[in-house]
Amino acid sequence: MSEHYSETVSAMLEKISGLKSTPDGAYNFRLDGKGEERKSSDHIKITPKTDKPGIDIRVADGTVNEKAFIPVVLTKSGLEDLVYNDFFIGENCDVTIIAGCGIHNCGCEDSKHNGIHTFYVGKSSKVSYVEVHYGAGDGTGGRILNPQTIVYLQEGATVVMDTSQIGGVDSTKRYTKVVAEGDHSEVMLTEKLMTHGDQTANSDVDIILNGHDTKARVISRSVAKENSRQVFHPNVEGNNLCFGHVQCDSIIMDNGRVQSIPAITANHVDASLIHEAAIGKIAGDQILKLETLGFTAEEAEERILQGFLK
Amino acid sequence: MKFMLELRDLCFSVPGDGKRIDILNHIDLTVPDGKLVVITGPNGSGKSTLARVIMGIEPATSGEIWLDGERIDGLNVTERARRGISYGFQQPPRFKGMKVSDLLECAAGKQISREDACHYLAQVGLCSQEYIDRDVDASLSGGELKRIEIATILARNAELMIFDEPEAGIDLWSFGRLTETFQQIHRRGTASMIIISHQERIIRLADEVVLISGGRVTGHGPASELLEQIESAGQSGGCADCL
Repeated sequence: MSEHYSETVSAMLEKISGLKSTPDGAYNFRLDGKGEERKSSDHIKITPKTDKPGIDIRVADGTVNEKAFIPVVLTKSGLEDLVYNDFFIGENCDVTIIAGCGIHNCGCEDSKHNGIHTFYVGKSSKVSYVEVHYGAGDGTGGRILNPQTIVYLQEGATVVMDTSQIGGVDSTKRYTKVVAEGDHSEVMLTEKLMTHGDQTANSDVDIILNGHDTKARVISRSVAKENSRQVFHPNVEGNNLCFGHVQCDSIIMDNGRVQSIPAITANHVDASLIHEAAIGKIAGDQILKLETLGFTAEEAEERILQGFLK
Repeated sequence: MKFMLELRDLCFSVPGDGKRIDILNHIDLTVPDGKLVVITGPNGSGKSTLARVIMGIEPATSGEIWLDGERIDGLNVTERARRGISYGFQQPPRFKGMKVSDLLECAAGKQISREDACHYLAQVGLCSQEYIDRDVDASLSGGELKRIEIATILARNAELMIFDEPEAGIDLWSFGRLTETFQQIHRRGTASMIIISHQERIIRLADEVVLISGGRVTGHGPASELLEQIESAGQSGGCADCL
């Protein structure tokens, strides 16, 4: 990846993808609504779409231990970016996709990125999907991220999704849907979210377990500080012999508000589904324990949140 | 002689029905450098409250606490911790998302090697490989959590270690390992220890035993003497208050 980007762009790139320099293997970097740099590898081909904005990522059968980076950065105030990325994962693969979007808005108009990702995961393949969202900049314009991630799993396929919004995003409406169509397919989704100021976050998740012996684990961890608002609605639907577990934990601070509505729907006698949800402030005895180890109350709070959202 | 910790006329009371209820009554106590003092007594006698008042978790109603020549009863928990007091909770909290190794690092106040972390866990009878990467959350049993709590005090390596009923919830096999660890710390002589306990095996480790009853010190002396008093009171159907 070129080294000529501004300090702001480089910092955002590192924040959302960990990249400090050109990665090995395939990548696609989208900057301010345009494909900036792209590279395919022997096994992962990235091509631009011809009918709408976005890219197709095709992973050859048997590709293992390879990564593809597809970060997006917006630095222009008032820009609304819509992108469709489709992932076609072959059979017997084990790959990691590192996505993520950073918006740096120093202006007074809203900047918005709507990323629509669709995964088709082939038989016996595993995809690890890492997505980091982050907002920065001192403008009054909003930093808005509305991602949609749709995943279809074939027999024996697994998707491990680790998504996090680490701050600075004024408004987000997330939608995630995983259809475990193939027998023995599995989804593990961990969503971490932190809001502050007057930010709002809505996250809807639908996991549909259609295949025999399918599994889903959904973990949602969130922190709502100051006047921010969050609404979670994860739903696991079991239509076959399956196991599903939804766990939502939220910490509220200041005037933060969180609504958590986990749902489980069993349409088959062998569906085993569990949900748990908890919302509360940081427990006083946790702060006290760290104070007895020499932390101030503020340091203790920071350390507890760091672990909670790790 | 230098006294590590000194309590002078320490009182603690709480509001009750129109009057204050005394929990600790005029406690005078010194814990010399490098000594192991066991505080024992019947349930509800004020032992845990005393430990919490020393750590600063509860404020003394009156009286003074001195540590190495400095009066510390006006200091908060953090400041007392930074001056060398550590405190093992009787019922430690759980932390979602914090690994055992993270908590040990918080306790040590610095990055620690995996080897060191494993060493602390081994000292409380935990198989380090099995626990070091686990979260300190509801997946741990009460006994496991308690032993991890004690490991944090070992990692903290403070000059004064306070343990509030360290044996509670710990199985017999791990308890043996734990008493060995207390013995080792005691032999090194680098830390003073206050252990609140009902266990004879722990009481026998002590240089001094303090018997507390009704919020007062009702006995203070070597383990052999105090154990004799406690046993004879038990055989005669009496209680610690009768000593």
